[in-house]
Amino acid sequence: MVSKMIDATTTPWVQVTAPGGGTGRIKIRSSGVKVYYGDKQALKGINLDIAENSVTALIGPSGCGKSTYLRCLNRMNDTIDRCRVEGTISLDGEDIYGRTIDTVQLRARVGMVFQKPNPFPKSIFDNVAYGPRIHGLARRIEDLEEIVQRSLERAGLWSEVKSRLLDPGTGLSGGQQQRLCIARAIAVNPEVILMDEPCSALDPIATAHIEELIDELRANYTIVIVTHNMQQAARVSQKTAFFHLGDLVEFNDTAEIFTNPRDDKTQGYITGRYG
Amino acid sequence: MPPADRHLGARLLTHGSTLTFLRKVQHPSQHPVDRFAEDLARFEAVRGPFKRTRPYDTDSRIPVDGAGAGFSSKVSIGMSASYLLLVLIVLGLFGYYLGKSRAVAIPVTPESRLHSVPSYHGYFVALWAGVPAFLLLALWVMLEGWLIMALVLGAMPERLTNVGDQELSLLRATILNHANGIDTGQTLDPAIEAAAVHYTTLSSIGNWCILVLGSVGAMVGVRFALRQVSMSLRARNHVEQVINVVLILCSLVAIMTTVGIVLSLLFEAMLFLSHVHPYDFLFGLQWSPQIAIRADQVGSSGAFGAVPLFTGTLLISAVAMAVAVPIGLLSAIYMAEYAPPLVRSLAKPVLEILAGIPTVVYGFFAALTMAPFVRRVFGAEGLGFDVSSESALAAGVVMGIMIIPFVSSLSDDVINAVPQSLRDGSYGLGATKSETISQVLLPAALPGIVGAILLAVSRAIGETMIVTMAAGLSANLTANPFEAVTTVTVQIATLLVGDQEFDSPKTLSAFGLGLVLFVVTLLLNIIALWVVNKYREKYD
Amino acid sequence: MTDIVQSVGEFATDSPADRRGWYQSEEFRQLLRRRYASEDRFRILGIAAIVLAAVILLVLLASIVAKGYPAFVQTEVRLDVTFEESVIDPSGSRDERALSGANYQRLIRSALQDIFPDATGRRVRRQLTDLVSIGAAFQLRDMVMSDPSLIGQTRELWVLASDDIDQFLKGNIACGTEHAARLGGQPCTVPENERRVNDRQVGWVDQLIVEERIRRSFNTVLFSAGDSREPELAGILGGVVGSLYTLLVCLLMAVPVGVAAAVYLEEFAPRNRWTGLIEVNINNLAAVPSIVFGLLGLSVLLNFFGLPRSAPLVGGIVLALMTLPTVIIASRAALKAVPPSIRDAALGVGASPYQVVSHHVLPLAAPGILTGTIIGMAQALGETAPLMMVGMIAFIVDIPAGFTDSATVLPVQIYMWSDSPERAFTERTSAAIMVLLGFLIAMNAVAIYLRKRFERRW
Repeated sequence: MVSKMIDATTTPWVQVTAPGGGTGRIKIRSSGVKVYYGDKQALKGINLDIAENSVTALIGPSGCGKSTYLRCLNRMNDTIDRCRVEGTISLDGEDIYGRTIDTVQLRARVGMVFQKPNPFPKSIFDNVAYGPRIHGLARRIEDLEEIVQRSLERAGLWSEVKSRLLDPGTGLSGGQQQRLCIARAIAVNPEVILMDEPCSALDPIATAHIEELIDELRANYTIVIVTHNMQQAARVSQKTAFFHLGDLVEFNDTAEIFTNPRDDKTQGYITGRYG
Repeated sequence: MPPADRHLGARLLTHGSTLTFLRKVQHPSQHPVDRFAEDLARFEAVRGPFKRTRPYDTDSRIPVDGAGAGFSSKVSIGMSASYLLLVLIVLGLFGYYLGKSRAVAIPVTPESRLHSVPSYHGYFVALWAGVPAFLLLALWVMLEGWLIMALVLGAMPERLTNVGDQELSLLRATILNHANGIDTGQTLDPAIEAAAVHYTTLSSIGNWCILVLGSVGAMVGVRFALRQVSMSLRARNHVEQVINVVLILCSLVAIMTTVGIVLSLLFEAMLFLSHVHPYDFLFGLQWSPQIAIRADQVGSSGAFGAVPLFTGTLLISAVAMAVAVPIGLLSAIYMAEYAPPLVRSLAKPVLEILAGIPTVVYGFFAALTMAPFVRRVFGAEGLGFDVSSESALAAGVVMGIMIIPFVSSLSDDVINAVPQSLRDGSYGLGATKSETISQVLLPAALPGIVGAILLAVSRAIGETMIVTMAAGLSANLTANPFEAVTTVTVQIATLLVGDQEFDSPKTLSAFGLGLVLFVVTLLLNIIALWVVNKYREKYD
Repeated sequence: MTDIVQSVGEFATDSPADRRGWYQSEEFRQLLRRRYASEDRFRILGIAAIVLAAVILLVLLASIVAKGYPAFVQTEVRLDVTFEESVIDPSGSRDERALSGANYQRLIRSALQDIFPDATGRRVRRQLTDLVSIGAAFQLRDMVMSDPSLIGQTRELWVLASDDIDQFLKGNIACGTEHAARLGGQPCTVPENERRVNDRQVGWVDQLIVEERIRRSFNTVLFSAGDSREPELAGILGGVVGSLYTLLVCLLMAVPVGVAAAVYLEEFAPRNRWTGLIEVNINNLAAVPSIVFGLLGLSVLLNFFGLPRSAPLVGGIVLALMTLPTVIIASRAALKAVPPSIRDAALGVGASPYQVVSHHVLPLAAPGILTGTIIGMAQALGETAPLMMVGMIAFIVDIPAGFTDSATVLPVQIYMWSDSPERAFTERTSAAIMVLLGFLIAMNAVAIYLRKRFERRW
């Protein structure tokens, strides 16, 4: 019993082996991450390494803490008053909760795409240009136009919107809006992109679009994606982490998790017994 | 004006020009012994039995507009009405218990039981006791004056009644005054005295009748309803129908109020516009409503060009907005986005108290604290401007202070209505708070904030006390905030406080101004509410 | 295109290692510092706005309290009054009429002359009488009327000082002597002819102070009298009672009608064009300037229905119409907060819709309705302009005794006093404002307490 409890709070390290495409380098390393909302503990000590230029999927039932963990990675939890984070998370070996790291800088390096498409009530161009403008990425308007075009191209949206860049971003369809949000995140040149259920508000065709996009982006960005959809996790990710009740239950190559889960809970979840 | 007359006659003098004049001019030199006589008279008024006079000089202010002011003897009808209400309440309670007990007494068998619970039978009976008699009473209250006056006038000699409308209403008022025991000091035609006695007799007979009729009617109603009480009586449905009608009537009161406002303003404003051409009123540059009483006096016709009032209102409102919008908006932003809970819990009451302070207090503050302060800072000893003692600046600044909480609470709502996802999106890109606010939140909330500011402007335009106390009466056409200007509301208030003559354009002009004020604020409100609603829908 | 990319700098390339460069560069750090500086400026602006609002509130309250608190004490003068029969009742009949009509002012005058025998001449004596309030004569008269056996006796009495002496001793008329300074008088700076208290009177007051014939006591007149031309005899009771009657009418009309309208609109009304119109109408009515309601009252209630002018009845109706939207909106919010599950449960056990509302929904919504009502009443209590329109702005000495008596209300009383030139009225105005604010704070405190006490979350 006692040994089980220790087990639950300190998940054993899982050695990262380089899966297809990745550099093999560890981009983000977290150890003993605990998160509290007021008195309630949402994460119970997470140890997890995220490999560079690969897609890592976080799965698990609702309320298991996967979104909370994701929001720790770019300190979005700082915007919640009663939230407290313990443990260390390092980006390229630098503690992101350390004193020298600035949240503005961190979030520029670790971008985020949200569950619901949330374009600003501005034009498509201004939506994408927002980040580069505030971070001073372009000194001239031509540079800015270049960045906007390239970001939209990368997000696979350029051909659809190039004739109406000055129309409001809120006028696009749901899938287009989400790709606009991805373009907006890409435009600031992040190293990591966090995606919090990016397809949950989209129809299947738009979802397929985004999934393709994620696969393409993997070449240049480290991607962490939270998803409820296990097929999606299987399709887009190289690594999968299964969260349950604030614990990291299992973390392994995606193929391994889905074909040969080691933990009963993982097995139960992916076979649809609960979740 | 001999002092004794003034004091006895004007015990309840309407506070207005006359009184202010007396206080300001006569008081310093008035001798205590004179004042003693006056106060002794007041003493009688307080402690001794005294005869209530109308609050103004009766003979000079009889309404001659045909609206028929003061047409019934209020005291007696009030008495009979209150007796009747008492009777109705007692009968209603009595009926409730009778109905309920009668329903309870109906034997219940397994196959048939009461349709409604007994207490509904009680209510049913009580309603039958009250409603018909109450309607009768209401009808009587409305018709009593006209009816009795018609009878009285019909019985009078024709030489007195066969006159024009104006004299007739004067005659009515004289009879009424006499009947109500108001001594105007005139010697009256014996026929009028007789008519007054006739009036008193008739009205007391009528009031007795209504008391008796009402009581009998209520009893008949109780009896009728009690007969109806039976197993199958759908008492609940009947009662609920009555309740439904009452509820609908109550919700129509708001509509009736608006209709009343519109009709009364239109009616009086039309009268005014029959004296003054609408074009001269809306576009004239000269405002001096004082009209001499006799046509042969100097300056016998007033000028009713309202443009100086509009510009004055706009000037003061602009100053107010210049104060209220930045402070209100910034404090709303700070409260919504930055303030830690402790600061919020301290700052919110500050704004709430500012919102709860009555305007008359702000007016006092403007006149006694802000105006001297403005003069000291900007005046000859300060920055050297020529500052009037009733400067638009002082009134405007205080009005702005009054509106701060209004702007801030509306903006707070609007900013909070911006979805969190937009904030997240911006923070997720690495924006700072101020960048998020100025580049994402404010553009998103702009329509709502515009709506809030429009509502605040409408509030500033309609505000009366601050400007009445701190802004002037002189209708200057100027954009200089150090000069005195007057506003629409100030003019309405001054024109209608004190003497009123509903046949003179001076009094009626207040209603013309009131109509303009109502229309402008209504338009502003409608636009603002529309904008805000559109905005709300967008983020729902 | 390549030249553009190069000119933008290293960040514009695709290599992840280069990409990191810009965010690590000294240039970005400088930009970041500038961004944080502007962030701080923005935050300070927000704090400044809040602080400014708080400071304004403090200044406002402090200026009123500073002006008003002296009005809670009043100066009194001790006189030895001889109730001479030859003055009060020369015929010896003890007839009430004779007693009430007697010249009590002469008794006061002779009592003052006993203290200052050197005051001779008509003008000088008049100045001497000016030391004491007109109210002193009433006081004597009251005493004699209630106890005629006083006639012929001598009594030591504290009578009210006149408002000028009161103000002089409170330091508001700038000329005081060493003795007066002890009580708060200010040194002489204003020439005699510009003062309300001349040098001779200052000398008399000095002597009164030395003889310990002057004292300060709690100002009961302020709370027990109606209006008066004499500041020292003016009180707020008339206004307070008038406000009470007016609010009572307002309450009795606005609450039943408002709650009924809210119940209908929230619980029973079909959603159609008519109810939509009613809703828009209520929202607009809430924003109509209050003075327009005054015009409505004047033209409809006074001129058309012929209701009495200056009466709390009319004022109350006008305020009720004005408060109605507030009550309706608050009541609707309270009704809306009652969860539908409660209605469903009651309907499910066979209650009629009216029974559901009266047995379940209204009791649950009552605290919210009550809170909204109190806040509406607090607004009505502070309202001035519409009441001026229906003639509740009158110089009324007696305390109103009914709904149709001529009356004024506290805010209008404040307005009228603030318009008076006497220095003493400024003081009383501020005191009346303090009382008014006291009432408002009390009402709001009750509302907040109710909200906290009965707040329920489903």
